[in-house]
Amino acid sequence: MTAPPIVTTPAPSGETVATEPAGMRRVLRSLRHDKPALISIVVLVLLALAAILAPLLASHPPLQTYPEGLAANGAPIGPGHGFPLGTDPNGRDVLARLLYGARVSLVIGILANGLATVLGVLVGLTAGYLGGWVETVLMRLTDVVMSFPILLFCIALISVTGPSERNVVIVIALIYWTTLARIIRSQVLSLREREFVVAARTMGLSHWRVMRRHLFPHLVPTIIVYATLGVASSILIEASLSFLGVGVPVPTPSWGQMIEQGKEYFQIAPWLLFAPGVCLILTVLAFNLAGDWLRDLLDPTAPERR
Amino acid sequence: MSRFLLRRVPQAIIVLFGVVTLAFLLTHVVPGDPARLIAGPNASAATVASIHHELGLDRSLAYQYGKFLLGLLHFDLGTSFALQNTPVSTAILRALPVSAALAVLGVLWEAVLGIPVGIIAAYRPGKLADRATTLASLVGLSAPPFWVGLLLLYLLAFKFNLFPLSGYEAPFINYLILPSFTLGLGGAAWYARLTRTNMLEALRSPYVQMARAKGMPERVVLLRHCLRNVLSPLLTMLGMDLGYFLGGVVVIESVFGLPGVGKLTFDAIGTLDVPMITGAVLFAAFFIVVMNLLVDLAYALVDPRVRR
Repeated sequence: MTAPPIVTTPAPSGETVATEPAGMRRVLRSLRHDKPALISIVVLVLLALAAILAPLLASHPPLQTYPEGLAANGAPIGPGHGFPLGTDPNGRDVLARLLYGARVSLVIGILANGLATVLGVLVGLTAGYLGGWVETVLMRLTDVVMSFPILLFCIALISVTGPSERNVVIVIALIYWTTLARIIRSQVLSLREREFVVAARTMGLSHWRVMRRHLFPHLVPTIIVYATLGVASSILIEASLSFLGVGVPVPTPSWGQMIEQGKEYFQIAPWLLFAPGVCLILTVLAFNLAGDWLRDLLDPTAPERR
Repeated sequence: MSRFLLRRVPQAIIVLFGVVTLAFLLTHVVPGDPARLIAGPNASAATVASIHHELGLDRSLAYQYGKFLLGLLHFDLGTSFALQNTPVSTAILRALPVSAALAVLGVLWEAVLGIPVGIIAAYRPGKLADRATTLASLVGLSAPPFWVGLLLLYLLAFKFNLFPLSGYEAPFINYLILPSFTLGLGGAAWYARLTRTNMLEALRSPYVQMARAKGMPERVVLLRHCLRNVLSPLLTMLGMDLGYFLGGVVVIESVFGLPGVGKLTFDAIGTLDVPMITGAVLFAAFFIVVMNLLVDLAYALVDPRVRR
């Protein structure tokens, strides 16, 4: 594609290790050539700013219900009339809720996926490096968790533990570590036969030290790519859970929940559907594009992940 | 082949056993008391205790687990807490046809929309058609299905009256087109990407260069030489999707008001109907494991290298 060629040394097994660290110059040069990636990063920065500066940007508090925000027949009012993006069925400012909703989406998406990444790397690294019965147990566990339908698993677990931001993060992490664990394990399987790992082990270094100092650095490109792509999926899962009413509890605004509240009114107030939906798509799209770009930059052989 | 079966079938059984155990633990060990929910907020401790006894929740966890496993051996998933005297398996089987129809149509959409788009994109990589379809499939991957569903309802059902708004009555197909399209769209985007990537890879292979050197028209090279090799892994993945969808697609069924397994599970979750939740999760996982096994077997039949 348009990305500059990356100097890599293919290992016998087909995995690659970037021989030169991703210098700032290379990153900028590749961004200049990859317009979608550049746009997506700008979008992500703006989004983060919007989330951080939500109290300054919003003209109304997100939880305040305004009697003047509802029409005489109790219907939400459209954009304009003092509310830039209209009001929701409770007479609250949609723009303010969108901005605060960005906080929820970003924080939950990043935390949940961060936790899932840590779990996935730990499981994959341990299984791949130690092998034997540890590997068998861990990989069977991965198979079992992968056999659960993601959303159903999350809903079932949250319904018994009660919906809360913390539970949403934990539940997403608990189901979402499996793909990365498999990928990391297969990389470690080939890495551990390489001379530098064998040498490190021969020198009598502890398993922990070999994993941390000698294997982990080679996994970093893959981890960065999947951590970025995974945020997109985590945000989508959070939105779906909130849409189904088992995600972020009311009245905290979240995009999925805003769509759920708007769906009863979509015939008279379509903005209730469009506004949070467009935010959601843009955010997820930006993370996906950024992840694709990082993959081209850091780890071109990484497999597609659903 | 028999060696492959001997290795793969027990593995699937072990995974199923793990699924059963984990599903049981998830719904029984985590905090939350179904008896209290059934009794209502004002019930006395004695009422809650008697409901506990009635549901068998006062017995030890090991006993409950043993009973659950024994029941599973004759396909007994227990009796629903909420729907009085309805066996869980009966309720699920009653809802299955809707989910099955939705799943089959959804997979069809995935294939029909996704694969041709991927081929078109791979035909001239980097050109306008490729860039447009690549971006479109990325948007399709990023759009939450429930939102796409609502949008389609708004445009096609409400504005243009082409489809019924929600529900499920005869003729059923009218009520299934929009939901299955919504269900298939995300997958179609993914298949378009995958088809494109695999086609491009196949286009670089020696047998394609050979075909081109012989003077084959590009269309024949693309459709006859490449597509055949690209298609078989895609078909197996479509099979896995089918297994995944058969367990009920909660979001789609809830948006379109379809009375499938997903809706059943979702309602059960609202009432903390533990046997129903466990049963539905198990049922969905069962389909996934079985379809994965079938797909692996089909793969091994077609490709002798996998059997080793």
